[in-house]
Amino acid sequence: MATETHGEAEAGLVFHPMDQFQVTPLFGAGPVEWFTITNATLWMGLSILVIFVILVLGARGRALVPTRSQSIAELAYGFIYKMVEDVTGKDGVAYFPYIMTLFMFIVVANFLGLLPMAFTTTSHIAVTAVMAMAVFLAVTVLGFVKNGFGFLSVFWISSAPLILRPILALIEVISYFVRPVSHSIRLAGNMMAGHAVIKVFAAFAPLVLISTGIGLVVTPLSILAITAIYALEVLVSFIQAYVFAILTCVYLRDALHPHH
Amino acid sequence: MATQTTDVGQAVGGAAKVGMPQLDFSTFSNQIFWLIITLVVIYFILSRIALPRIGGALADRAGTITNDLAEAEDLKSQALAAEEAYEKALADARAEAQNINVLMRAEIQGQLDEELAKADAQISGRTKEAAAELAEIRNAAKANVKVVAKAVAKEIVAALGGKADAKTVTAAVTERMKG
Repeated sequence: MATETHGEAEAGLVFHPMDQFQVTPLFGAGPVEWFTITNATLWMGLSILVIFVILVLGARGRALVPTRSQSIAELAYGFIYKMVEDVTGKDGVAYFPYIMTLFMFIVVANFLGLLPMAFTTTSHIAVTAVMAMAVFLAVTVLGFVKNGFGFLSVFWISSAPLILRPILALIEVISYFVRPVSHSIRLAGNMMAGHAVIKVFAAFAPLVLISTGIGLVVTPLSILAITAIYALEVLVSFIQAYVFAILTCVYLRDALHPHH
Repeated sequence: MATQTTDVGQAVGGAAKVGMPQLDFSTFSNQIFWLIITLVVIYFILSRIALPRIGGALADRAGTITNDLAEAEDLKSQALAAEEAYEKALADARAEAQNINVLMRAEIQGQLDEELAKADAQISGRTKEAAAELAEIRNAAKANVKVVAKAVAKEIVAALGGKADAKTVTAAVTERMKG
């Protein structure tokens, strides 16, 4: 009898943890062409709007003593500016707007994705891979433009013993080309995993409606778990944006100063 | 359940999406297209409007703070100078008071000495005068005594029945008086 009830409950639960990541057209139901306005378009547009509100409208006052919204804009500016300056050095500050663009887009998209029913654009490998490849290509081109073939010395560890250097060079070359992969999958994977886990717990939450006995235990537990994972995701949202930005800075420093 | 999922997937996207939507390559061009537009828009918003504005505000604030600090430093040094001047004025006034004190004391002492000398002189003058007067009185008395003594001696001699020779009496009285 108990087994039967349990089986029934499982049948009644709906598990679609990955449905939230589906890219669907906003208007009509046709195929997703490259120009189709989809939910990805909507949530990217919303992140533009949020960035505009925070950094343009918020900082509109230019008051000597900042207002609250101005403080937020200045905090974000100072945080990334200092990071770029600390990691890449004074000559890296020229690339501050690009890194600020990446950071603001990722952090805002991550936080918007935490809203219920939202679509998390940064959970898609297509999005993060484009950004990571853009960083990779830009940094590589910049390295050769700034240093010529001297940029190749980034692979030649002159502080290591001579015998080890060719082996290290091989490792360095491999790790250099793995960079965009890890750079993009780290972000997309983190965002996707957290959201999927929340969805799985959410699917367990209505168990009490199907089977009161076991549901009395499982439902509060899953709601608690959703809350806990959500708190963790808030942290992860910021940390992953920060990690993406700081890694971009590190790669940029290699391009500007390839000599270890 | 599997049927249900497939149904939903087909209803939503048309293609079978049982696995990860992240690996559905048919949506890649769409996402990449909109991502590039998004990033370009954000870049222009940031580089044209937001960042210069925020950077300007931060620079303004830093400048104001630096200026204020310099001004505070200036005012502090001014206050120190004023305090120094005050201390100096106080010391000067004290020294002057000391000087005036000494001068006044010397002046008063001088006046006092002068007055004392004057008084001394006056007193000694009066004393001399008095002494002269006294001597005069004494001399006059002496002369009077002589005359009276001569007259008395003459009368006594006459009373005793003698006949007094004026010359003799005078000589005798003079002799007695000497003695």
